[in-house]
Amino acid sequence: MTSRRMGLFALVLTGALALSACGGTTKENTDQSSSAAAPGAATGAANPNAPLKQGLKITFLPKQVNNPYFTVAQKGAEQAGTSFGAQVKATGPSDASASSQVTYINTAAQQHQDALVLSANDANAVAPALKSARKQGLKVVTFDSDAATDARDIFVNQASTQDIGAGQVKLIADALGGKGGEIAILSATPNATNQNAWIAVMKQELAKPEYANLKLVETAYGNDDDQTSFQKTQGLLQAHPNLKGIISPTTVGVAAAARYLDSSSYKGKVALTGLGTPNQMRKFVQDGTVKSFALWDPSKLGYLATYAAAALSSGQITGAQGEKFKAGDLGEYTVGANGELVLGPPTVFTKDNIGQFNF
Amino acid sequence: MADRVRGALRWETALVVLLIAVGLVGQVSTSGEFLSGDNLFYLGLDIGEIALIALPLTLVIVAGEIDLSVASVLGLSSALIGWLWNAGWSLEVILPFVIAVGAVCGAVNGLLVTRLGLPSLAVTIGSLALYRGLALVVLGDTAVADFPDSYTEFGTTPVAGTWLPYPILLFAVLAVLFAVALHASSFGRSVFAIGANEQGARFAGIRVKRIKLILFVLSGAVSAVAGIVYTFRFSSARADNGLGLELAVVAAVLLGGVSIFGGRGTLGGVVAGVLLLGGLRNLLILRDVPTEILTVVTGLLLLLSVLTPALVRAVAGRLTPRTHTEGPQP
Repeated sequence: MTSRRMGLFALVLTGALALSACGGTTKENTDQSSSAAAPGAATGAANPNAPLKQGLKITFLPKQVNNPYFTVAQKGAEQAGTSFGAQVKATGPSDASASSQVTYINTAAQQHQDALVLSANDANAVAPALKSARKQGLKVVTFDSDAATDARDIFVNQASTQDIGAGQVKLIADALGGKGGEIAILSATPNATNQNAWIAVMKQELAKPEYANLKLVETAYGNDDDQTSFQKTQGLLQAHPNLKGIISPTTVGVAAAARYLDSSSYKGKVALTGLGTPNQMRKFVQDGTVKSFALWDPSKLGYLATYAAAALSSGQITGAQGEKFKAGDLGEYTVGANGELVLGPPTVFTKDNIGQFNF
Repeated sequence: MADRVRGALRWETALVVLLIAVGLVGQVSTSGEFLSGDNLFYLGLDIGEIALIALPLTLVIVAGEIDLSVASVLGLSSALIGWLWNAGWSLEVILPFVIAVGAVCGAVNGLLVTRLGLPSLAVTIGSLALYRGLALVVLGDTAVADFPDSYTEFGTTPVAGTWLPYPILLFAVLAVLFAVALHASSFGRSVFAIGANEQGARFAGIRVKRIKLILFVLSGAVSAVAGIVYTFRFSSARADNGLGLELAVVAAVLLGGVSIFGGRGTLGGVVAGVLLLGGLRNLLILRDVPTEILTVVTGLLLLLSVLTPALVRAVAGRLTPRTHTEGPQP
């Protein structure tokens, strides 16, 4: 009896499978145009002269709470809020998993907030919730990590590829004090999108006449792993006895390279710069191993994103390309293609200013 | 038997009172937002997967076993959906296929527990890692997100004209089926008998191994369904979907008054437990309570849920002395 029942079940299942196998919803016959939809889907016209509304309610949603980087960004957001009389409320999940932000997005909609400023843990997982929040009138600004283009009004990018690449070359040239010499790059993984784009810009810069005395001898990959980056630094210095400088455009790489230089006889003889966080690099900047390094300032990122949210909610901008608005102390910004804003050139950290930063 | 029902009823009454309290406090403190249709919709979405998986897990725990691999089966199901979708399969084939895979995952757990006599705690901790690992093998750390709106709508819009999310509709239907199976069928009576005294059940002619195997298969299959719900709700198929969700589900089941030692519990209690945990969490977030406090409250509630029934039983046992057979310790 039971085995017959199971057999029947299997038969029905197979039948259903066979039936559904012909035709049906597949990747090929589904219209894919929705994923390439225009950002913002801006409604109404922008009025650049509209005053910033008072008493706006803005939710600030980081990737996860208690993360130093986002705590600094939150301070910037709160500072912006104070300057135009808005109430900025920070909330968020304790883990940075793909879907953990969705509850908080729904809550912001439920609380009838005016705008949501967030750094997305997963571009797609937050998209449905963001879309329904926008339908209810919330303005959505992403910063640091974007969501799907059609799920937000504006994305505040930390820095342009060009600014980062060119900035790194300038920092190493300055560190070498005009003498020049052989330099190497210590990157993340060989297929890291950001790093490769920056390295491409660095190479263009190095081809310019003013950097003729800099010679790139090798690009090594530390795989964004502390130990590997440490050993690759060692390898670079052994392979190129005349090496004078290293650029490491990754926070893991630059910290590992600094640690190696600090403990080796190359300290003070080989210059190092890169993208790093002040907390990781403080010791090495203060003891002279590293003269300067760069990164965007998360507090400015939070500040600009919050101003953008207010400008959207007040009708100054709609997220369309070419619109301009004033972001408090940071000055005027213009919305770029795909609703993107670029914060500006990265902040350079040196012995003189590193004490002001804690992230 | 009568004692068991009375004890369970008492705990359920407490849960319902708590639920009403949370509802009232929530409604007043958010000036009507908490029980608004919009918020109930979001609340329903948030508890959807936990609620679904809690159903078969209740039966598994009542039978004196545990299945900790449920969230990993959810992740594997999500990863498979993404991978097969990329491979050009149609969703009409993918969905029954992943449910079948979920059932197989459950069957592997069940066979290891019943045929080899291994403890389910150890087996499913192993398969928790194994199935999550397989999910990562299938999809890596990429995400597949280009599912058609006609499917993702089930996870993002309510049933037309109401605030009811589709996953909760599915849950309601399954809850009735599972309630009938557990409380109004010979199958359910066997499950209770196994949980209360496995050896006795075997001597009474109950096919213990077979029933346990069915329970694990159900657990796997429903977890895979939860994986489908999760994938479409976030329109994102990822191998790490639902990471750590098993603890939330076990928490909800235990809060619902199901004894971790087996043999005791009701499905109604579990439904109330799921609603209470989800409702409290929703309310605290709506009231801007920091995440850290949220975790603390959930933890305390859980401890309370394990402690209170034990205390009540201890007190009741002293007032009316009677012989009491505890279920076998795992």
